[in-house]
Amino acid sequence: MTYPPWLDDFLWTYQNVIHALGINGLLALSMYVVLAVGQLSLGQAAFMGLGAYSSALMTLKLHLPFFVVLPASCVVPALFALAIGVPTLRLSGVYLAIATIGLGEVLRAIYLNLDVLGGALGLSGIPQRTETWMIYLLLIVAIAVLWRVGHSRIGRAMEAMREDPNAAQVMGVNVQRYRLGALVASAVLAGVAGALGAHASNFIGPNEYGFEPAVTILSYALLGGIGTPFAPVLGAWILTLLPEVLRGFSDFRGVFNGLIIVLAVLFLPNGLLALRMKRRAA
Amino acid sequence: MTLLSTAGLTRKFAGLVAVDGVDMAVEVGSVHAVIGPNGAGKTTLFNLISGLVEPTSGSIDFNGNDISRLPVHARAGLGMARSFQNIRIFSAMTVLENVLTGLHSTITAGVGAIVLRLPGFHRAEKTAVERARMALELVGLSSKSELLAGALPYGDQRRLEIARAMAAHPRLLLLDEPAAGMNPAETSSLAALVRRIRDAGTTVLLVEHDMGFVMDISDAVTVLNFGRRIFHGPPGAIRQEPAVIEAYLGKKMAARLAARKDGQKAIAP
Repeated sequence: MTYPPWLDDFLWTYQNVIHALGINGLLALSMYVVLAVGQLSLGQAAFMGLGAYSSALMTLKLHLPFFVVLPASCVVPALFALAIGVPTLRLSGVYLAIATIGLGEVLRAIYLNLDVLGGALGLSGIPQRTETWMIYLLLIVAIAVLWRVGHSRIGRAMEAMREDPNAAQVMGVNVQRYRLGALVASAVLAGVAGALGAHASNFIGPNEYGFEPAVTILSYALLGGIGTPFAPVLGAWILTLLPEVLRGFSDFRGVFNGLIIVLAVLFLPNGLLALRMKRRAA
Repeated sequence: MTLLSTAGLTRKFAGLVAVDGVDMAVEVGSVHAVIGPNGAGKTTLFNLISGLVEPTSGSIDFNGNDISRLPVHARAGLGMARSFQNIRIFSAMTVLENVLTGLHSTITAGVGAIVLRLPGFHRAEKTAVERARMALELVGLSSKSELLAGALPYGDQRRLEIARAMAAHPRLLLLDEPAAGMNPAETSSLAALVRRIRDAGTTVLLVEHDMGFVMDISDAVTVLNFGRRIFHGPPGAIRQEPAVIEAYLGKKMAARLAARKDGQKAIAP
């Protein structure tokens, strides 16, 4: 795809930030899908890592073209989401959160110790196949799909089960199926984001998908809110741009993120964009 | 014809037998009340019927299907709906959206139709909104359909719960203490509403403490005490039943009443 010269210049200069905004937007949406059904997952970074590693291997070892690799990158994360979701989503409460933290740590240990995955050095030399338009096309499609699903019986069921799962079941909502569906959808979004990231940055390593990035992804949704799909994306953009603006304080990035989570929980329980989605199409 | 029946239905909670071998039959087209002192197992019985609690033993038959182990959401699909003792509306959603949620299993549009906004999706939503408005009309909440449910006054929230349960025209409506916290005027309009629901073809099974209300609208009454069924029959016969009087008033008072009826002087034991 060719851009006009001024845009080309701009994209070249800020390419990394522009990619990060789109990819983090997708990650924020993957968090949103889980929170929207009243569950808490700390495995979004793990799902992203599964997408990144599986897609990098497909490119590096199998030499598959990117238009095959990108859609296929969601398969492994989706399978892991099913394996974790089926036993934990029957239970209410924090079981999913705990299981997904465990998943992240187990995977990190596997990445570190398997030679085929590059060990502590990670995988490098990944060809740059990600184009900016791919990231933003997928982001727009994801927002549109989630927006439309939100304005339907599924959106109403999701909000109902977030408020009161038992009452929602009595209304005929198959709560467990929706929770599982949401977790798989979130793993797909995170996996695709991971593949896009891997093919934008040349290198992936085990520490990019651990507990800290998981908390950062959660803070996108906490800051932005989960009233509409736009809210978590806004949160992601603010938290992605902030370190760029405050470059001098880059050592304090973790402190800023922590502070924002605390302030958001205390003063903005519904996030920055507290608007609520109308649950009807008409 | 029997719509709902239980056979030897039992639920134990860590040593406490909350529901103990209850046999019950609810006739199609009737208003059936379950009464009993506090802790008699009435709400547990409701939770067993709607599936929120699994039976320890015994069975539940609904419209010819054994539903004892059926998941909660599937029972809604068979035509069962309920309200809760402590109101459980979705308070952050609007009144209309609450009722639309009650129509969940009747709306057939799949994910593909929803995402692509196929004609089937619009048709299904339109039908659902029409049905939801009818249910709101039934309980007299039409003018408040766009308000947030949590902002409604208490009496309206109770009626919203009934509208949400009634939206899908269930075969059986379970009402758990619908008159709780209502004044006499609200209670009598609730009685009229329950009659309208029955006349429209929905069988009503209710738990209630307000005896005037129960005697007024019930076609049949089941009395529970300590999880056991101690009476089953028409409301008029309850007053004559020694076991019921004993459960409510205690052995001593029951004996005095019995003695007085026999024209003798009460003898203190």
